Amino acid sequence: MSEKKDNRLLLYGNDAIAHGAREAGCYFAVAYPGTPSSEILPAFAQFPGVFAKWSPNEKVAVEVGIGASLTGTRTLVTMKHVGVNVAMDPLMTFTYSGVRGGFVLVSADDPEMHSSQNEQDNRCIAKFAKMPVFDPSNSQDAHDFTKLAFDISERFNTPVMLRETTRVAHAQTMVSLGEWAEPVRGEHFVRETSRFVMMPNFARPRHAFAEQRSLDLQKWSNEWEGNRLELTSRKIGVITGGIAYNYVRELLPDASYLKVGMPWPFPGDKARELCEYCDRVIVVEELEPFLEEEAKIIGLEVEGKKYVPREGELNLDRVAEALVKAGLLEKSPVLPRAAAVIPRPPVLCAGCPHRGIYMALKKVNADVYGDIGCYTLAALPPLETLHTCFCMGASIGNSIGTKLTERDPKHPQVAVIGDGTFYHSGITGLLDAVTSNLDITIVIVDNGITAMTGGQENAGTGVDLMGNTVPAVKIEEIVTALGVKKLVVADTYNFDTTLAQLREAIDYPGTSVVIARRPCALFPKKLKTDPYVVLDDICNGCAACFRIGCPAISDSGNRTEKGLAIAQIDPAACTGCKLCVQVCPVDAIIPLAKRQEVIA
Amino acid sequence: MNGKTTNVMIVGVGGQGVVLASNILCAVVVEAGYDVKKSEIHGMSQRGGVVTSDIRFGSEVLSPLIAHGTVDVMLAFEAAEAMRFAHEVTPGGMLISSTTRLAPPKGPTRKGQVEYPAMPLKEAEEFCRGRIIPIDTDSISRELGNPRLANTILLGALSAGLEVEETVWTAMIRKMVPPKTIDLNLAAFQRGRESVALAEA
Repeated sequence: MSEKKDNRLLLYGNDAIAHGAREAGCYFAVAYPGTPSSEILPAFAQFPGVFAKWSPNEKVAVEVGIGASLTGTRTLVTMKHVGVNVAMDPLMTFTYSGVRGGFVLVSADDPEMHSSQNEQDNRCIAKFAKMPVFDPSNSQDAHDFTKLAFDISERFNTPVMLRETTRVAHAQTMVSLGEWAEPVRGEHFVRETSRFVMMPNFARPRHAFAEQRSLDLQKWSNEWEGNRLELTSRKIGVITGGIAYNYVRELLPDASYLKVGMPWPFPGDKARELCEYCDRVIVVEELEPFLEEEAKIIGLEVEGKKYVPREGELNLDRVAEALVKAGLLEKSPVLPRAAAVIPRPPVLCAGCPHRGIYMALKKVNADVYGDIGCYTLAALPPLETLHTCFCMGASIGNSIGTKLTERDPKHPQVAVIGDGTFYHSGITGLLDAVTSNLDITIVIVDNGITAMTGGQENAGTGVDLMGNTVPAVKIEEIVTALGVKKLVVADTYNFDTTLAQLREAIDYPGTSVVIARRPCALFPKKLKTDPYVVLDDICNGCAACFRIGCPAISDSGNRTEKGLAIAQIDPAACTGCKLCVQVCPVDAIIPLAKRQEVIA
Repeated sequence: MNGKTTNVMIVGVGGQGVVLASNILCAVVVEAGYDVKKSEIHGMSQRGGVVTSDIRFGSEVLSPLIAHGTVDVMLAFEAAEAMRFAHEVTPGGMLISSTTRLAPPKGPTRKGQVEYPAMPLKEAEEFCRGRIIPIDTDSISRELGNPRLANTILLGALSAGLEVEETVWTAMIRKMVPPKTIDLNLAAFQRGRESVALAEA
């Protein structure tokens, strides 16, 4: 993770945020995991004298964080960009109330959607919510801005957003660390009804307060050295910030710059100074024309999205292309490359517990309303057994809507949701299904952990982030309590019974739930049992095992007499789940140990 | 220390140890006194996808990502991945690739499906503007008697392409591998380093 040299460390942006928070005396951190934010909380939890916890979703995390701030505790809340949407309700009003202990919300945005369903730019959310936002360009900024954000939060009585992007969160750059302050933990909650009970009469003056605060912050933003003017060339000035600064600064080393560390409130005076100093000013920023519009609102003549793409993440090449369009760089030649190299789409792991239930869903040819997690990968070949995915918890609601409106259903209808996602926001959807008296089936794929983001604990795990034993909430108890009358628990390594149980649930006239349960093949421990092998002389090349999409199974290159591909199993990857054994019609797949016996 | 930034790109398949290798390289160049930035994509990569890591070092590094066609040394853990990224190597640069072949899991052949290349490193030559140095990591590992040495062999090969003192590398390997395996790893490192010298000769 980090290497020392002259008291400087090479740190990921996420680690740098954890360090910055610790140095600021942050005591309490709460989050829901989501790429690219997930590593901040575990890094913070390792520091002595602090407390960190996962919450079941981002809204709860922000509400817990507000509670901690109300006692006077310095509090860090982290989530991915779309998580902030879930947390908007408390956030939009907390910005009226203001804080007691410093409150910093990290929004980890994902331009290019490396691991997300959209690429929204949360600088816009910060402005909408009337909260100041920092936008770091590297790990040092991430560290420094986080530390400063706690002071700004308390000084201006506001929650503060630190908005990072994937290439800051998951890039390692050098950081000089500072001293740790004593963690700030409050004595007790102090009542202050006019500020913390946001009913209309109390909320109206708080809105006025928030507007004045924005003006005060604007003044601060114009004075802060983190919004940095570098005045050299009189010809070209660049307004930029976040990761984009690095690219444009490398490509135009001689231009003048306004490097914006706080996009909102926008340091308009400094932007004006740049525009007065330079003949021409362009804005280079990822995603939305945020800085560009802020500059234009105050009447500055700048150009930006005219040249710089609004979609996807920036890099040296995309910025170079934009600068060529703007007439600021010479065009460089396009490089020839290998035409089509074999694709490697992500697949469910060898031994993945989700595979068995998808094989069954494929068999019954269900319309599958999907959700967010590893199991979304079943949308891709060869399984192709998931047909919607919008946001956390959407599967059950989507399924209710189609059920209530389909006049001529073509397929059985099933919603698939993971355990973590069910705790996050599936419970209310299931309540709606039951109380709508609907004949739908919900499959809860339960691998006991939040796997896609790296194996974080959830409400069903029974252990918290600090390593304490905590109550594990059983999904079947929730399901039963919500009024579901038909519940089956399937072992997904047993294909025949899983299929029979799925059919039974689909046939049941009412809301039914299948809990498809098996531990994750990767977390908390990588599964490793005795691997299986394919007997070349028995394999008939039928491809049934290929169709289950296991990364341990591949074409051996050998052919049957009919010219069909004979399968092989990579013994290092095989976990011995035996699903391929169950679909092989000629019993060509046997334990490796058994074959060795036969040979011996 | 010269002012030029050196660009190293490490490519492979999820689970091969690309990120670990890039961490060791970073530790080495930090120890040697360079500014360094590194970027890779987490998340879906551990599920069998293509993994790339960009490492840039020099007196001051700005962008954490390497521009197209400017990789000084590319280290490929897998031959088809070397082919996929060969065009990124700068003229005069170096592509060091394991000859290991990892075909992705394949279902029944679909129309227009791209097959695993027969001679990936041969095909890479067409697009690579630098030298290609194949390393038979499987054979070397077998000779050394341990199948898990490909990572260290490749780092040895990489070290031959970079201007960092060999002693910094060996000190870092001593520090980062399990104590019992130090000698074996140092031997693997040397074999990788020699392979490049042999290929150059």
